Amino acid sequence: MDSQSTTYNYKVVRQFSIMTVVWGIVGMLVGVIVAGQLAYPHLFEGIPWLSYGRLRPLHTNAVIFAFGGSALFATSYYVVQRTCQTRLFSDGLAAFTFWGWQLVIVLAAITLPLGITSSKEYAELEWPIDVLITLVWVSYALVFFGTIMKRKVKHIYVANWFYGAFILTIALLHLVNSAAIPVTLTKSYSAYPGAIDAMVQWWYGHNAVGFFLTAGFLGMMYYFVPKQAGRPVYSYRLSVVHFWALISTYMWAGPHHLHYTALPDWAQSVGMVFSLILLAPSWGGMINGIMTLSGAWHKLRTDPILKFLIVSLSFYGMSTFEGPMMSIKTVNALSHYTDWTVGHVHSGALGWVAMVSVGSLYYLIPRLFGRQSMFSMALVEAHFWIATIGVVLYIAAMWIAGVMQGLMWRAVNADGTLTYSFIESVERTYPFYYVRLLGGILFLSGMLLMAYNVWKTVASEQAVDEAIPAPAGH
Amino acid sequence: MSAFWNGWIIILTVGNILACFWLIWWTMRKRAGEASSGDVTGHVWDENLQEYNNPLPRWWLFMFYFTLIFAAIYLALYPGLGSFKGLLGWSSHGSQYENEMKAAEEKYGPIYKKFASVPVAALATKPEYGEAREMGKRLFLTYCMQCHGSDARGSRGFPNLADKDWLWGGSPEQIQTSIANGRNGVMPSHAHLGEETIANLAAYVASLSGREVDSAKAEAGKQAFTTSGCIGCHGVDATGNPMLGAPDLTDKTWLYGGSEGIIRQTITKGRSGKMPAHKDLLGDDKVHLLAAYVYSLSQ
Repeated sequence: MDSQSTTYNYKVVRQFSIMTVVWGIVGMLVGVIVAGQLAYPHLFEGIPWLSYGRLRPLHTNAVIFAFGGSALFATSYYVVQRTCQTRLFSDGLAAFTFWGWQLVIVLAAITLPLGITSSKEYAELEWPIDVLITLVWVSYALVFFGTIMKRKVKHIYVANWFYGAFILTIALLHLVNSAAIPVTLTKSYSAYPGAIDAMVQWWYGHNAVGFFLTAGFLGMMYYFVPKQAGRPVYSYRLSVVHFWALISTYMWAGPHHLHYTALPDWAQSVGMVFSLILLAPSWGGMINGIMTLSGAWHKLRTDPILKFLIVSLSFYGMSTFEGPMMSIKTVNALSHYTDWTVGHVHSGALGWVAMVSVGSLYYLIPRLFGRQSMFSMALVEAHFWIATIGVVLYIAAMWIAGVMQGLMWRAVNADGTLTYSFIESVERTYPFYYVRLLGGILFLSGMLLMAYNVWKTVASEQAVDEAIPAPAGH
Repeated sequence: MSAFWNGWIIILTVGNILACFWLIWWTMRKRAGEASSGDVTGHVWDENLQEYNNPLPRWWLFMFYFTLIFAAIYLALYPGLGSFKGLLGWSSHGSQYENEMKAAEEKYGPIYKKFASVPVAALATKPEYGEAREMGKRLFLTYCMQCHGSDARGSRGFPNLADKDWLWGGSPEQIQTSIANGRNGVMPSHAHLGEETIANLAAYVASLSGREVDSAKAEAGKQAFTTSGCIGCHGVDATGNPMLGAPDLTDKTWLYGGSEGIIRQTITKGRSGKMPAHKDLLGDDKVHLLAAYVYSLSQ
């Protein structure tokens, strides 16, 4: 037999893995720059394509879709092959998804600083790029589900449920939310009017969090945590309940982004109660991940990869507790439009998404190059601590800043006038912007350590495509 | 809301909550031949990936049930199930907003009422009304500073309220009218005059406030100022007309800028300045205090 049928396709996994590190550094660097602009507003003053309003969407697109997206492509292609014990459905389509996705990222990095935007948050890219995303995503779905179809084992592993839900739902979200009427090559207008547009946008926006940044990364968790811990997943039946409950209730949560707006009361209420219901399904994933370690807790002392994975689950549990609390209307009345929201997002994005990806990559990269482990585990350990301290500084600063802003904005004098003008709340936020900038710089420094470690790991090694073992008889 | 969408919302919402209950019940059932607690299910993936079949943690189940029951109660009490208004009759605009505004009016209204009969000029100048001016200032910092700045000195396109130069008049009555009813300052576009005439006009207008200009152009502009209709609003002597909000072009105060280039742009494209009406938003008593504060700035 030729190598096409006897080995796994690791080439596309290697490509996406390396680009995950590259785009992670790029996206987080832009994040540090925009954090710097908030702390020092005159930074890059007068250069339109370096202005905050253009760089901020570049930062979010780069970390979510370039870094997070590449991590999901890499790990899903690896996991689906290994847990189905078969090569990817199509090498050609898989290669197309890699080059197509990289093209999307490069086009985003060009158009956003030029000010070309649809102005929809997390969906800023204009319609020609949206069309390209659609082509890449359909190909991704074909490769992934095609591989599931030709699997050599009877049952579909839990990680693949989550990856599958993520791929299907993102396709739906992208198509519905990006519906627009093109005017020129670089300008289009949303297909939806007013409050409906806002609701469609946040249905998309919250499910981008729920499916891109949660379901996809839970898929990653369900493979790499039990693998690295060397223990069985804690509970099969818990994974069933929390999977179905998670994907059905996330769909409803979007309206909590639009509390106290023109959105009808009924939609706000439904958004709030389903956000609260979401707490238990979210924690189901955390429990299943962390409890997988039961019987092997001692490994946490010595294994920095497990530290990354378990701490990421802790941040996941923390931010999925915080999210439902913030969706309660009376809490939201304080937290909305403040930096608390920014802190919440980053406890999820840095603490959960980035750390679970980094942990998984430290497991994955040596295996893609025929090694047992990374060049230096001491550097992995250092990365873990730098990243953790960075996240904690970041989110603690934003929590305090956010609660302070919310309290200042609602404080009134004896005659009912506002105690503080808006600009006073901005002034008081400066110290926290400095701390946040420091947290961001630390997290970025960790990624640079990782890049060096990855370089030393792969530079002298040959790429290896592992052979597919014969399916076990069950 | 049509009957179809009403039913759609109710069925999906209630259906999803019930489905969560069913999901828990269905998963908790013990099946014949199933791995018992602490045993692996028997499936193996990728050489060593296995799953235990541990029961759902009890505290977690209680939490799940609690949120589901909370959801059911909340949707019975508050609007959520389509056009059903909820048993409490609450709504964000119909009850919460109105009630909060009413409570605020009852609490704060009398504080402002007590100054309503004192003339603006007295509030602005007499030492015993220092508290009224402080209240006016706080109102200003809440409602006015977004455009006019926290020091009331304005910015480009937004008039300085702390000097003695006024577009619509600086008497207490005129200031109060500006705040209560708003103002629309419209300079129409004069692109039809052609570039040369506009350049001449700009030179003339710039010369009025003492700027160095090409005297031949300014001379031609002076003619055009009369024949092109500028005098209709700005007057023959170009000192403006507070009835129309037409600015005095002979002084050194400029709303959009006094260079020849900017004046050319103003004549070509026109300007539109809008001061919104605040009578309905703030009520007469607060407008009264605001007028006193603004008036005091130029005294």
